[in-house]
Amino acid sequence: MIGHPRGKSPRQGPPRLGLRAGGGALSGLYGHKYGLSMRVLGIETSCDETGIALYDSERGLLAHALYSQVQLHSEYGGVVPELASRDHVRKTLPLVEQVLAEAGVESSDVDAVAYTAGPGLIGALMVGACIGRSLAYAWDVPAVGVHHMEGHLLAPMLEPQPPQFPFVALLVSGGHTQLVDVQGIGQYELLGESLDDAAGEAFDKAAKMLDLDYPGGPRIAAMAERGDERRFKFPRPMTDRPGLDFSFSGLKTYTLTTVRDHAQADGLPDDQTCADIAAAFQSAVVDTLVIKCRRALKQTGRKTLVIAGGVSANQLLRQRLEAKLAEDGNRVFYARPEFCTDNGAMIAYAGCLRLQAGETQGLAIDVRPRWPLAEISRSASGGQ
Amino acid sequence: MKILAIDSSSGACSVALLDGEAVTERFSAELRDHTRRILPMVDELLAGAGLKLSDLDAFAVGRGPGSFTGIRIAISCIQGLAFACSKPVVPVSSLAALARGARRRNLAPADAVVVPALDARMQEVYCAAYDGQELSAIAADGVMAPERAAELVSRLSAEGRPVVGVGPGWNYPALSALGSDPLAGAAQVLSHVDVDIHAEDVARLAAELFQAGEHVQADALEPAYVRTEISWKKRERIRQKGD
Repeated sequence: MIGHPRGKSPRQGPPRLGLRAGGGALSGLYGHKYGLSMRVLGIETSCDETGIALYDSERGLLAHALYSQVQLHSEYGGVVPELASRDHVRKTLPLVEQVLAEAGVESSDVDAVAYTAGPGLIGALMVGACIGRSLAYAWDVPAVGVHHMEGHLLAPMLEPQPPQFPFVALLVSGGHTQLVDVQGIGQYELLGESLDDAAGEAFDKAAKMLDLDYPGGPRIAAMAERGDERRFKFPRPMTDRPGLDFSFSGLKTYTLTTVRDHAQADGLPDDQTCADIAAAFQSAVVDTLVIKCRRALKQTGRKTLVIAGGVSANQLLRQRLEAKLAEDGNRVFYARPEFCTDNGAMIAYAGCLRLQAGETQGLAIDVRPRWPLAEISRSASGGQ
Repeated sequence: MKILAIDSSSGACSVALLDGEAVTERFSAELRDHTRRILPMVDELLAGAGLKLSDLDAFAVGRGPGSFTGIRIAISCIQGLAFACSKPVVPVSSLAALARGARRRNLAPADAVVVPALDARMQEVYCAAYDGQELSAIAADGVMAPERAAELVSRLSAEGRPVVGVGPGWNYPALSALGSDPLAGAAQVLSHVDVDIHAEDVARLAAELFQAGEHVQADALEPAYVRTEISWKKRERIRQKGD
C-alpha cells in the first residue's frame, strides 16, 4: 500500500463511481442491475459507538467491527460528548484496519466511503466524517454522508430474508420514537413520533429510578424476567385516542411514584417489587408501541412492519409484535441484535444504495447534528 | 522534502504545502467553516504545485493545544489522508507554531523569549515559553490561569529577558497589563494578540522534526489536549452537579 494505488491525482470535479466489472457487463452505473459490484466502507461515529464495516453490493457484508464506549460513559450515567469524541479519534483507524484485514480486502479495492453525517453529537460526527471524507479523497473514490436513522431503518435489509418496500417503520431508540411510512429509499413520510421522551430514554430513566446502570433497556429487560407484570397496572399512554404520536413522560412519572410508594429505608423497594415494577414498565412501553404500530399499518394499508433502533432488540417487543401482527395477517422484520444498536454495517449499506442512486458528497465536509429524517429525500436527488 | 500540513487548532484554519524551502499556503479565518474548507484547500495546493498525495514524504498537523473540536478536525483529516497513503505524520505543537510564526514575521527579536498563549476558556490559557532563534522550550506547553502565566513572564522580564507575547491568550487582563507598567530594571514586555497559527509554520517545524526522526503512523496519531482528562472530568462533574 504505497501511495495511491490507482496512481491518479485526486482532483475536485465530478466524482467517479468506482465500479468494477463483476459479471462482464460494463454499461450503466447501477451495480445490481448490471452485475457490477461496489465495495463500500461504512463509518459510524454519531454517538458512543465506533462502528466500521465493509459492504459489497454483490457479496453482501464482508466484515464489520464495533467498539462500544458504554463502559466509559456508564460512570456518568449517560454519554459525555467530549469523551465520546476523544475515543472516536483513537478507535476509528484501528477498526478500519481490522475490517479490511478480516475481509481480506486491500484498500485499493475499496470503491467508496460512507460515513454518518447526522443526526448525532456534533464533535463525534465530525471525527467519522473527516476521516471518512479524507480517506475517500486520498483513495480517489466517491464518498457519501448518510443519515443515521436511515441507516437504522435499512439495517433489516442486511438479513437473509429482507423486507420489501413499501413498509411502515418504527424507529425506536434512546433518541427517537418515530413511525415512518417508507415507500422506497429516501421516500419517507413521518406518521407519528414521541411528543416528549424517546422510548429508549424512558427505559434509561426508569432504570435509574431502580438503581440500574446505563444503558437501561437491557437491564430493565433482564430484571423484568424475574418480575410479575400484572402486580402493577401501568398506563398505556395516548392509546385511548386516535393518532400515531407517543408520549412516555407520564409513564416515567408513574414509575417514579410506584417506586416511592414502595420504597424501604434505603430508598428502593424490595428486590421482587423492583422486578415487578420493571416488568410492568416494560410491558406498558411494549404494549403502547404495539398498539401504535398496528394502528399505523391499518391506516396506511401496508402489510409489513420494520422495527429498527436499540429498543427493537427488546425480546418482549419482538414477541408481542409477531403475535399481534400475525393476527392481522401482517409481518414484522428486524435486524439481528448487534445491528439494532449503532453499527457501521447499516451505514455502509445505506451509503451503497445512495451511491448507486448517484449521490455523492463533494470535498466540503458537512455534518448535521439535527437532521429530521423527512428532510433527507431532498438530498437523495444528488443535490448536495 | 515535501510535507502537507493542516492546522485548525484555533479560530482559523490553514493548509500548507512545503516543497524544499518553498511553502504555499491557504488560510481561512471563517469560524465554524473548517470542515468545509480543509479538503478543497488541500486540493488547490496540490493542483497548483502539480503534485499528488503520493509524492509527499510526510504529513504534519497542529496537534494542539487549542480548541478540542478544532484539533480533532485537523487530526481526523490527516489520519484519513496519511492512512490512505501509508505516509508518516509529524504532530507539531500549535503553541510552537504560533511562536515560530512570530519569529518568521519579525515580531520577536532574536534575544527575546517568545510566549505564545491561546484562550483555553474557563479563565485559563494554553501557554509555553520559547527561547532564542532556535525556539528551544523554556516552559513546556501547559494550561494555567493567566495570572500564573503572568508570573512566569514577570520573572523572565525581571531577569532582564525581553518577552514577546503572541496570540489571543494575551487578551486576558493579567497578561495584557504587563507591558504597560514595567518594573524598574525589568526588560520590555510586548504583546501581539492578533496573531493566528499558520500551517506554514507547522510545516516548517515538521520538516525539522521529521529529519530528527520524530513522526508517527496515522493510527497512532493523537491530539495533545494538554487539559488532562482527569481535571476535565472533575469539571464535568461539578458542572453536572450545578445543573
